[in-house]
Amino acid sequence: MTATHSLAAEDLTLAYGDRTVIEGLDLLVPPGRITAVVGANACGKSTLLRSMSRLLSPRSGRVLLDGKAVHRLPAKELARTLGLLPQSPIAPEGITVADLVGRGRHPHQRVFSRWSKEDDAAVAAALDATETTPLADRAVDELSGGQRQRVWIAMALAQQTDVLLLDEPTTFLDVAHQIEVLDLLTDLNRTRGTTIVMVLHDLNLAARYADHLVALSGGRIHAAGEPADVLTEECVRAVFGLDSQVIVDPTSGKPLMLPMGRHHTAPRADVLQGTSGS
Amino acid sequence: MTAVVSPPPSTVDTVARGRVRRASRRRLVITVLALAVVVAFAVTLMVGRTFYPPGDVLRVVLGSDVPGASFTVGRLRLPRAVLAVVAGLSFGLAGVTFQTMLRNPLASPDVIGITSGASAAAAFAIVILGWSGTAVSVTAIVAALGVALLIYTLAFKDGVAGTRLILIGIGVAAMCKSITSYVLSKAGAWDFAEALRWLTGSLNGSTWEATVPTLVALLVFGPVLLGQTRNLSALQLGDDTASALGVRVERTRVIAIVAAVGLIAFATAACGPIAFVSFLAGPIAARLVGPNGSLLVPAALVGALLVLVADLCGQYAFGTRYPVGVITGVLGAPYLIYLIIRSNRTGGSL
Repeated sequence: MTATHSLAAEDLTLAYGDRTVIEGLDLLVPPGRITAVVGANACGKSTLLRSMSRLLSPRSGRVLLDGKAVHRLPAKELARTLGLLPQSPIAPEGITVADLVGRGRHPHQRVFSRWSKEDDAAVAAALDATETTPLADRAVDELSGGQRQRVWIAMALAQQTDVLLLDEPTTFLDVAHQIEVLDLLTDLNRTRGTTIVMVLHDLNLAARYADHLVALSGGRIHAAGEPADVLTEECVRAVFGLDSQVIVDPTSGKPLMLPMGRHHTAPRADVLQGTSGS
Repeated sequence: MTAVVSPPPSTVDTVARGRVRRASRRRLVITVLALAVVVAFAVTLMVGRTFYPPGDVLRVVLGSDVPGASFTVGRLRLPRAVLAVVAGLSFGLAGVTFQTMLRNPLASPDVIGITSGASAAAAFAIVILGWSGTAVSVTAIVAALGVALLIYTLAFKDGVAGTRLILIGIGVAAMCKSITSYVLSKAGAWDFAEALRWLTGSLNGSTWEATVPTLVALLVFGPVLLGQTRNLSALQLGDDTASALGVRVERTRVIAIVAAVGLIAFATAACGPIAFVSFLAGPIAARLVGPNGSLLVPAALVGALLVLVADLCGQYAFGTRYPVGVITGVLGAPYLIYLIIRSNRTGGSL
């Protein structure tokens, strides 16, 4: 259905100034699957994603796309294969949805080239896939958070890349919109075979939607693999310093993590009777 | 993977129609603006102490010898009108480039001190060093680039934040203006009108010698900026998104800054820092065109129109003749105040 691309990090070290964020990290992104990266705040999740889309040059090591270092590839060539939706993209004031989605065509256009039929078709396909066609002529700043996120994803889709990286695509969304966005990404993965790598805050949603789960801790990979193998009580303790109980999610059959704080963690019988104390 | 899932024709139609509609509005605005510039240019050539009908003016412009008109129109009014257009285009284009790139209407070169830097250097070179011609332009461009670099360096801390850059720029602008005032105070032999040129900008005494370099600069730097149109549009989405779309962000920024500063410096060396033209042209163009599509060409035309019309007003609307910068200053200052109030409230952008 689609050419699969290999994306990997090799002995990658990333730093901002003197502060090393990621150290000697090796990562293999399974092609045509959904990978979720989880970890505590400031563990380097976003930094890793930024480097994989070459927004950040590695201190040492390489990010390889189909065996070639991404930091050596021509910018537009890379942007035709690998797309990124950053955490807080900026919509120019008053811009319409169709125009914003059209900006995703940038890597396919040359300096003075005219807008082509393929460009229109790609924008239309992106609007359709994200069900934002009815919004095409609306201004982006008038939309709700969930609609706006779908529009940004549409822009990334118009770029028509086989690999799509997303930095916390569900932040600031309510639970229904979070599910909506993750379902949409799963559709893309299943119908087009798009390889997806996303940083997610919510462990349980990550475990539910990812085929491959990567848990980062202190700039290194603590565990990576099937969610059922990665999301364990031991892992949550090591990565987040949190006690928890991991059960099988009755809805999805994937692991479900129940955090154990200092309060409201009484024995189950009490909980069921509604008399849990603090 | 290209278009694995083909969209229904109706959606493609919607997309294509919307795009054509937005493009045609932009084309209409550009056409009307261009016509208005031509009209204002023609009026500038016709009107003055003596009125010359369009026929005479046209013949002079085409090179025929018309008694009286040849001197007044050909030697006095034509260089002035051409400089007004070229400087207006330059200021407008450079202003909107900065505003687009830094995603803030306050970030125009006349607010953040680049124009003032060029002006101070030009005044220094002419008044103190006694230079003229190309040497003055080169001094202005070096100073403007120096100021741009200074602001950029001072504002740089994990990337350039818009607000910090603007605040530092306003400080630098004040510094440069005080240098200009100091230089002018040292030059007793200079009359008040000449002093005003370096303080607010003036087209008085325009000559071909002053105009030609600005025209050359526009022909060199203008196309460079227009070549960056798509990259600048992508930069509006934020550096990360632009970069993910395959834009080489730093390279684009350096090209845009050098070209815009070049335009500013040459225009300023010829007619001083015509107040607020860079600052006003982009937002006015944005109101006219709407938010869709590049503002570079419309803003350049608005700049030219502003300078031409303000110069006409300054010369003939009042009893006294005011330099063009006084008029644009009167227009620009309230808008600056409005923007500052609004950005305080919303942290707004262009």
